[in-house]
Amino acid sequence: MMGMPFDLVVFYLFSSILVFAASMVIFVRNSVHAALFLVLAFFASAGIWMLLEAEFLAITLVLVYVGAVMVLFLFVVMMLDIDLEALKEGFVKFLLIGGLIAVLMLGLMIGVVGPDKFGADHVTAPERHVAEYSNTEELGRMLYTDYVYAFEIAAVILLVAIIAAIMLSLRKTRSRRTPKVDQQVLVRKEDRLRIVTMSASSQSESQAGEKR
Amino acid sequence: MMMTLSLSHFLILGAILFTLSMTGIFINRKNLIVILMCIELMLLATNINFIAFSHYSGDVVGQVFVFFILTVAAAEAAIGLAILIVLFRNRATINVAELDDLKG
Repeated sequence: MMGMPFDLVVFYLFSSILVFAASMVIFVRNSVHAALFLVLAFFASAGIWMLLEAEFLAITLVLVYVGAVMVLFLFVVMMLDIDLEALKEGFVKFLLIGGLIAVLMLGLMIGVVGPDKFGADHVTAPERHVAEYSNTEELGRMLYTDYVYAFEIAAVILLVAIIAAIMLSLRKTRSRRTPKVDQQVLVRKEDRLRIVTMSASSQSESQAGEKR
Repeated sequence: MMMTLSLSHFLILGAILFTLSMTGIFINRKNLIVILMCIELMLLATNINFIAFSHYSGDVVGQVFVFFILTVAAAEAAIGLAILIVLFRNRATINVAELDDLKG
């Protein structure tokens, strides 16, 4: 531990938190706890991204994911009244075969990306940027020049997501007192107004005479 | 053996995270909410790979891609949760095994 460089210590710290939180997300029984561990996983990976000098994206991950998406998840989890026991049925049976497939797949992936292909002596670490370097400025310059069309398409995707989410979850209640515009426009004079023809009475004539 | 921080550290971390979330989909295959969370974790694993390659190749384009992945993932989460709410309102369950209306 003493001979370890500092960045390696930071990496192992954050990655162990990340792996722990991710495994708690999938193993924990309560969905609320799973969502909270997912928040922890996002925080830990934001630390990893800071280590990789992607400061803007690390902050974005915390703001957008922890601040918006995970709050949405928590809202939905708490809103739904779910029978947790029925959902955990078949857990152990799938754990065995799923774990087997996962170990196999992890072995294959580490064989591809392991240290004999992407280790320190194959891929040289880049120089750390100076303190005045702005990752946000660099990313913004790229986004607003070369990738401006993709950027605008992303904005349209977000707009579509807003409209779709509202339209899907909008509850059409009939109990609310709202004006029925179509019936208001279609109304005719005959429906509302009744003209009464009557002969002038003598009493009103005498009252008119007294006033004069 | 791996006493200096290298690219393969981050790639192996991404691989571990990806397989963990895949296992999560296997073992929680009845709970739709946890499946959505596992998809978020999978996207996080790919984002770690993108950022690691971006850092080690000195090219900021990888981070631009992560930006778009984050955008699409947020849209996906919003629409997925909206569908989940509509589903629960109509069926009073989110058990994936019971959603077999389309089965012939």
